[in-house]
Amino acid sequence: MFAYIVKRLISGAVVVVLISMGVFALFWFGPRNPALPLCNIDTSNRCRPAILQAYEHNMGFDDSVVHQYGLWAKGVVVGRSMALGTESHKCPAPCLGIDYRTKLPVWKELTTKFPATLSLALGASLMYLVLGVGVGVLAARRRGTWIDKSLVTGSLLLSSIPFYLVALLASLWFTISLGLFPSTGYHPITHNPAKWFAGLILPWLVLGIWGSTSYTRFSRGSMVESLGEDYIRTAKAKGLPARKVVFKHALRAAMVPVVTIFGLDFATLLAGTIFAERIFGIEGIGKWGLDAVTVKNLPVVSTTVLVASVAVVASNLLVDLIYSVLDPRVRLT
Amino acid sequence: MTTTASTTPAGTPEPSAEGLGAGEPLLAVEDLTVRFPTYDGLVQAVTGLSYRLEQGSTLGIVGESGSGKSVSSMAVLGLHDAKRTQMSGSIRLAGKEIVGMSESRLMRIRGKEAAMIFQDPLSALHPFFTVGKQLAEAYLVHNHVSRKVARKRAVEMLDRVGIPQAKNRVDDYPHQFSGGMRQRVMIAMALINDPRLLIADEPTTALDVTVQAQILDLLQELQRDFNSAIVIITHDLGVVAEMADDVLVMYAGRCVEYGPCKEILTHPEMPYTWGLLSSVPDISAAADARLIPIRGNPPSLLNPPTGCPFHPRCDHTDKVPGDLCATQLPELSAASTGGVHIKRCHLANPEEIYFTEILPEIAPDLAEELSGTTGAEEGGTSR
Repeated sequence: MFAYIVKRLISGAVVVVLISMGVFALFWFGPRNPALPLCNIDTSNRCRPAILQAYEHNMGFDDSVVHQYGLWAKGVVVGRSMALGTESHKCPAPCLGIDYRTKLPVWKELTTKFPATLSLALGASLMYLVLGVGVGVLAARRRGTWIDKSLVTGSLLLSSIPFYLVALLASLWFTISLGLFPSTGYHPITHNPAKWFAGLILPWLVLGIWGSTSYTRFSRGSMVESLGEDYIRTAKAKGLPARKVVFKHALRAAMVPVVTIFGLDFATLLAGTIFAERIFGIEGIGKWGLDAVTVKNLPVVSTTVLVASVAVVASNLLVDLIYSVLDPRVRLT
Repeated sequence: MTTTASTTPAGTPEPSAEGLGAGEPLLAVEDLTVRFPTYDGLVQAVTGLSYRLEQGSTLGIVGESGSGKSVSSMAVLGLHDAKRTQMSGSIRLAGKEIVGMSESRLMRIRGKEAAMIFQDPLSALHPFFTVGKQLAEAYLVHNHVSRKVARKRAVEMLDRVGIPQAKNRVDDYPHQFSGGMRQRVMIAMALINDPRLLIADEPTTALDVTVQAQILDLLQELQRDFNSAIVIITHDLGVVAEMADDVLVMYAGRCVEYGPCKEILTHPEMPYTWGLLSSVPDISAAADARLIPIRGNPPSLLNPPTGCPFHPRCDHTDKVPGDLCATQLPELSAASTGGVHIKRCHLANPEEIYFTEILPEIAPDLAEELSGTTGAEEGGTSR
């Protein structure tokens, strides 16, 4: 088990390093001069060739990409001082670059944005897991009845509405028209847990209910299958009450495929839920990345990509570990 | 009549476990009919089935796939979903009526009074729980004891069914056992509460031949020790010959022949039973000898044949006057040997046909031996 985790961590690290190389290479081989966005930001879109050239030279964009990647990678480990335009900024380890706009180390910004996204992701995923699986199990137990049909139809209808529409309408009705959830937004849990909760409850609900629809259909199917298994008949024949048969025997088996989807969805949430953060005014990774893309704030863009890759690698590892706990037949080697 | 769950509130005092009236057998099935409404129509899985089983004895139910063997036995444990099943008739288990019994009362009978062993132990055991947990769970539902006691009981039972080093194996998962050992685990689980009735639904089908023999020996040994009654469902006549006191042959959801095992195997009077006997491979025959199958396919239970359900596949309808076979369902009637042996067939002289036409084909030596004394009582075959 331990050896397996170490092995997976190493292979995950390799994936992340490869992605960082790819992202870094985009600076060099992208369609535009990488110094231009910064120059545009600094001069309010009046970047002259002379300034641009000076920027390019100072920031090493005229150097070889391999050498510069080496410097960048070293900076991640031990920190460095980094040229930004004509000035030089200190960038302590782990240095992921300097924000073109705020001139702050990107890592420092990440540490303020990530908790917001993490809070949103944890609450929302918990909500859609519980809600989706709960409704799915209910539908599976009542298979073929009107309850099942209306639950499945309802979830299908809800999931066919684009998320941004659901979120916008919810924000409009609940926050603006009805004045409920007035403190919607992100407030650090370390400052005031109650406010943290109050600020996130609406986004959790909206993300949770909308996201639960796919879990409803998925866990319903999985549950119908496991309820038809021979070992469920055995459990009934033992004289176990229906509650135990369904929630102990059938659900346990039905959860295995659900966990797979959950891992991927959780990684997506961690990489930033752009719409939810944008609509509910949460300063998280998604909104940060989106804003960075619009002004071509390259260090921030590359950082959000790295965060996403780490999230995917980590949640895949987590899913495999959960598998081995859920199903004793899975051996991790 | 459609059974409805919860006609009796939970907690209603039930007849005592020893509430067997004088002369009442442990299990009495009377005119049992089980039907499943589906989109395609009504599946008539079991129709008018009756049998009785005494404490300590064994009934073998034989028939093809889809003949209603398993459905009728699952009905004994009330395992059919009341909402999806139409059930009528009566199943009296230890003096208690199972048909129409509430779910909460059924729960107290399942696993306690009557337990079941299923066909494929790999799929019938939960893959995610250790065998110890699954056994202990079965014990805990019916006994108010601590987990520790239940676990001890689980080890005891595993040991009893011949699992070596039961103490260590109790924490293994089903996939860590071999097929035969898994079936032993199933048997241990079924017997953990000392049930009076054990239903074994094709307990040896998924096992290889040597293991089959061991499992059958184990069942017989345990039957002697626990004095339980066994219903063994199978399509293997060898299993029936070894285990059963009585045999019930089912076809298309109906009983077509029922009687003491020896009678059925030596003096069968229903062409379907002949077909079953003919299709048993003969171990002394030449290696390239062809098996004798029953022609045709099992009937659809959505739309069973008119008259005798077996008539489309029967080779002997020409011996019955008119088209009686196709138009009229034969009643269960006493076989020519008399006694308790009954059959469902229009043939006037089935015994004669069996000894002159069927037996010479399936066991020529035996038929020759008996040729002088056709129809003699001592027609014991070695099957």
